[in-house]
Amino acid sequence: MNRRDALSRVALILGGTVIGANAFLEGCKPADKKTGDGQGGSPSLFADTDAAYLDEIAETIIPATDTPGAKAAKVGAFMIVMVTDCYPEAEQKVFLEGMKQLEEASRKKSGKSFMESDADQRKALLIDIDKEAKDYMASKKKEDPKHYFRMMKELTLLGYFTSEPGATQALRYVQVPGKYEGCVPYKKGDRAWAS
Amino acid sequence: MPGDSLNINNKATAQNTYDAIVVGSGISGGWAAKELCEKGLKTLVLERGKNVEHVKDYTDTTLNPWELKHHNNITQQNKKDSPIQSKCYAYNEVSKHFFVNDLEHPYNQKKPFDWIRGYHVGGRSLLWGRQCYRWSDLDFEANAKDGYGVDWPIRYKDIAPWYDYVEPFAGISGSREGLPQLPDGKFLPPMEMNCVEKTVAERIKKNFTDGRTMIIGRVANHTVKVGDRGPCNFRNKCAEGCPFGGYFSSNSATLPAAKKTGNLTIRPFSIVAEVLYDKDSKKAKGIRIIDAETMKTEEYFAKIIFLNASTLGTTAILLNSVSDAFPDGLGNSSGQVGLNLMDHHYGVGARGTFDGFEDKYFYGRRPNGIYIPRFRNINEKSKRTDYVRGFGYQGGASRGRQSFGDGIGEALKDSLLEPGAWSMAIGSWGEHLPYAENKVTLDKEKKDKWGLPTLDIDCEFKDNEMAMRKDMMNSAAEMLEKAGLKDIQTYDSMPAPGFCIHEMGTARMGRDPKTSVLNGYNQMHDVKNVYITDGACMTSSACQNPSVTYMALTARAADHAVSELRKGNI
Repeated sequence: MNRRDALSRVALILGGTVIGANAFLEGCKPADKKTGDGQGGSPSLFADTDAAYLDEIAETIIPATDTPGAKAAKVGAFMIVMVTDCYPEAEQKVFLEGMKQLEEASRKKSGKSFMESDADQRKALLIDIDKEAKDYMASKKKEDPKHYFRMMKELTLLGYFTSEPGATQALRYVQVPGKYEGCVPYKKGDRAWAS
Repeated sequence: MPGDSLNINNKATAQNTYDAIVVGSGISGGWAAKELCEKGLKTLVLERGKNVEHVKDYTDTTLNPWELKHHNNITQQNKKDSPIQSKCYAYNEVSKHFFVNDLEHPYNQKKPFDWIRGYHVGGRSLLWGRQCYRWSDLDFEANAKDGYGVDWPIRYKDIAPWYDYVEPFAGISGSREGLPQLPDGKFLPPMEMNCVEKTVAERIKKNFTDGRTMIIGRVANHTVKVGDRGPCNFRNKCAEGCPFGGYFSSNSATLPAAKKTGNLTIRPFSIVAEVLYDKDSKKAKGIRIIDAETMKTEEYFAKIIFLNASTLGTTAILLNSVSDAFPDGLGNSSGQVGLNLMDHHYGVGARGTFDGFEDKYFYGRRPNGIYIPRFRNINEKSKRTDYVRGFGYQGGASRGRQSFGDGIGEALKDSLLEPGAWSMAIGSWGEHLPYAENKVTLDKEKKDKWGLPTLDIDCEFKDNEMAMRKDMMNSAAEMLEKAGLKDIQTYDSMPAPGFCIHEMGTARMGRDPKTSVLNGYNQMHDVKNVYITDGACMTSSACQNPSVTYMALTARAADHAVSELRKGNI
């Protein structure tokens, strides 16, 4: 944002013409612009290889079927952006620690790292961890943090269903509906509206 | 030479002189500007924030969620910069540039008060909920009948023609129902209820003998074109600004109309420090501003001044406009400026699920819901012993999708692709009585970055509101239950005053100059060429969303002001 020019002049609008508009309007644009590619995040929290690792975790949670999976939706990169920008510090810690714990659990269960594991091994591991997370969430005190895998699962579902493939292929999405109809036919199997 | 500087001063004064000055460009300021310009007055609109050009500055609203960095979620930094604004339902990754940075614009909460603000051309008309409901004499007579506050100086017959006047231009969709407590207006075609809402409406009518009714919301979204505006495209992203001009805002509607006359000048970045009072003529002669960016002060002059800086913005200006004649603030001989602050109390209601209509769905994102008009204390039969006044409900039914499920993998994915059951929620908006002790004052020790005193806000809900809330919650559950909904849950999130964003009062209208600030035409009793037509003027709060009443009062006041000017009375 460059407000330097704006500071030096009085912005008057006369009969609809804005004097100095270009200068001061530059200051009103939101700081966060679209990224499109979903890349982002601070290198101080995540390593370069983490997006691929999180992509595989997400893909195990939401796999490709007749529609694309979480990896094609770049959910790994989305998780990094969200944890970096939208999570409070304490939850960031739980998430980052959880990435390590998941890797340790993988080595303990199959002797392989998560990335080296095949799809069945990954699924078997995450079924265990999902169960552990569910039990923990059911018994935890209100002030206790969420289980790290609950965070991963929530971010995967959020990121996937608001991604282009998730919204437009797994669900249905119309950017500009143009009208509202309150009572249209529905048959079992029809996909839900995204957002 | 002295003569030179006098000459320069005269020239500067002439350059800065208009027929009328309007402070603020939100819903009421936009209307004041339109009406005054269309009546031929050269009008200056002073806006404290940046310019927002219709469509062009609705940055990012045409992007899909996946094209936004956080898929339209808000960040820790947003919460840090705007801890109060970021709690607002309308605050998201795109709309956030229409909300203030709380750290830059401090105020002091003597008791919790969430003050939601948008400082830019158009103000909160870009962000508003767009629900538009006329008042009736039930509301205008309320103070006189139960003794809270002072009597309104007007009745429904005084404002009805002005509702008629503003509604077609504002472009409000709705259904005509013939309800005495919620008069019909000049509406665009109504939006459609979905199948569950239609069924619930029928069952409420059948199961309650007190005339209770559920109607489609009356909303300033244009179901058909209004001039070159709209129609609404059912994106439900109104607070981000509408590229179709599908709803009423100052930016889409009133300011362009004002501009068309050639009589409008808007000066953004103009923070009003005070109204300048001339003790000889006993009138306001102008406005002193501080340029928000250069910090320089400047004076503007006019014959008529409209204050439309929002309820608390206007009141802060009055309190800061001190002179020998008005040591306690402009037009404050009554001592009422700053008192009787109201909001609506809301955030209480019930929700439930609906069995049936599995073979029905909806299309489009309707930016509107249903409305259940007030049914308590509207006649002898509906009289309550536990509280006075009443409330209405807003809500709606929808068929949502589970966002979380058990397990992982294909089964989880499959379980999240189809819509679940229909559900319905209704939440209540209740009247807040005018209490003198709910007030704002200036804190001259704590100043903002422009050196202006900050506001101390001291406001609460009291016993009447709390007693009403119990009924608001229980009646919501009762209606949903009788309408056949299942798994009914009640809720009461008890938001602080301010959070309903219907703050009102603090420079009330009234019949007696000793107990009120404005007369029946929104004209200051003490300073005849100053009019206040934003929420500050309100003598009571009713329970309806107030904006369309501000519009009608503003058009009516502008008509009065110009007529008085032409008669030489001001």
